[in-house]
Amino acid sequence: MNTSILLATTARILTQFRHDRRTVALMVLMPSLLLILLRFVFNSDQAFSRAAPALLAVFPFAIMFIVTSITTLRERTTATLERLMTMPMGKLDLLFGYALAFGIVALVQVLVAVGISLTWLGLEIGGSVWLLVVIAGLDALLGTALGLFASAFARTEFQAVQFMPLFVMPQVLLCGLFAPREAMTPVLEWLSNVMPLSYAVDALTAVTKSSDITGELVRNLAIVAACGLLALVLGAVTLRRRTP
Amino acid sequence: MTSSAAVEVTGLRVSRGKRLVLRDVSCTIPRGSVTGLLGPSGCGKTTLMRSVVGVQIVESGEVTVLGVPAGSPGLRNRIGYATQNPAVYADLSVAENLRYFCAVLRAPRSDVRRVIDEVGLGGHESQLVSSLSGGELSRTSLAVALLGKPELLVLDEPTVGLDPLLRDELWTLFRELADRGVTLLISSHVMDEAARCERLLLMRDGVLLADDTPAALLSETGTSDLEQAFLSLVRAKEAA
Repeated sequence: MNTSILLATTARILTQFRHDRRTVALMVLMPSLLLILLRFVFNSDQAFSRAAPALLAVFPFAIMFIVTSITTLRERTTATLERLMTMPMGKLDLLFGYALAFGIVALVQVLVAVGISLTWLGLEIGGSVWLLVVIAGLDALLGTALGLFASAFARTEFQAVQFMPLFVMPQVLLCGLFAPREAMTPVLEWLSNVMPLSYAVDALTAVTKSSDITGELVRNLAIVAACGLLALVLGAVTLRRRTP
Repeated sequence: MTSSAAVEVTGLRVSRGKRLVLRDVSCTIPRGSVTGLLGPSGCGKTTLMRSVVGVQIVESGEVTVLGVPAGSPGLRNRIGYATQNPAVYADLSVAENLRYFCAVLRAPRSDVRRVIDEVGLGGHESQLVSSLSGGELSRTSLAVALLGKPELLVLDEPTVGLDPLLRDELWTLFRELADRGVTLLISSHVMDEAARCERLLLMRDGVLLADDTPAALLSETGTSDLEQAFLSLVRAKEAA
């Protein structure tokens, strides 16, 4: 790993964003707009407070997944990746450079969504606001890492878009948002146990309920972080210097 | 392996998909020369170049570049490579692209200015790549290959779509680089560029028809221009 190449890559991606203001606006505001919509759909503070923590995990996760998978696919399908692979660029430098750039965008996205939820939308939480931001941010990073990984299996942007229902929707359905995970049939419960989003939602729910930092909370966060890291490393394996 | 050869290819076979793209190609590219790789579209020029740069999975054969196997990590800042499709970021400006690749190569920042002047893109520095013309775009991609101090430049059709004046300027630049000791492998499908090279590799259907100097090719085939020489080689091959 070479830090200066990694940071140059992050700076390059952020510069690309700077030239595309509409995408930045969409990324930063989209989860907040969806949460605002949801608040008025529920039309009650209590119902919103119950569902919002899970959605603070789901929306940034889904949006970062799709943005990242398309952007990296673009890198893979244009000749720029091939050029970078002929240069002294480490695969992990490239992927962590991507993760850092998208992580920064994800953090802004989560800060805006949490800020609006707590002030305007009447979300009440028992635990630390900062821990809430950290978990939601970590979750957006997980979406980024999975998006990087998934882009390896798409040949076209059209395919990449359709990976979103494949990678994201099952996790959303099984994360405990629609039905408690314990009440699912054994097969579904097992599936929900191997999906990282479930742990992010558990952690967020725990933080909104109480201010205690329990062993379970720490374990859940560690699982989310480990899954993100694993997806990044797997993503590096799918990058090839030599291609057919 | 001789130290005077920049690139040495022996018995190279490459398949892409089900198609055998290179069948037993062998050639030597001397250091400090301009070697033209010519042949019709689809004959395997790009595949040969990818093999030299080390991004092509090869079936068999050996490719030695600057004394080490192609694709060795140590070669990564000694080779400049410009692909046929411009490999630059469309949503960055010319200078932003060059600054990024400069950082990846750990080349001095002053290189950005130098290569912009070398390819004649002065005045376009802050223009977004997506708004450039085709010729400007391919020159931006060429500029990236010139960053740092590459000892070998592999350029895939660098002069396509350029006006004659610019083309002439680029060939003068290639000549200067070779005089400084840089080895250049340049592909083209237009024969009139062949005369500007010291050595020519003529390819057709994944087979190397000739590896010689332009003058030797002309005298060997008894023709007066390289287009005719190429045709006569193809016919001789088919008759055999």
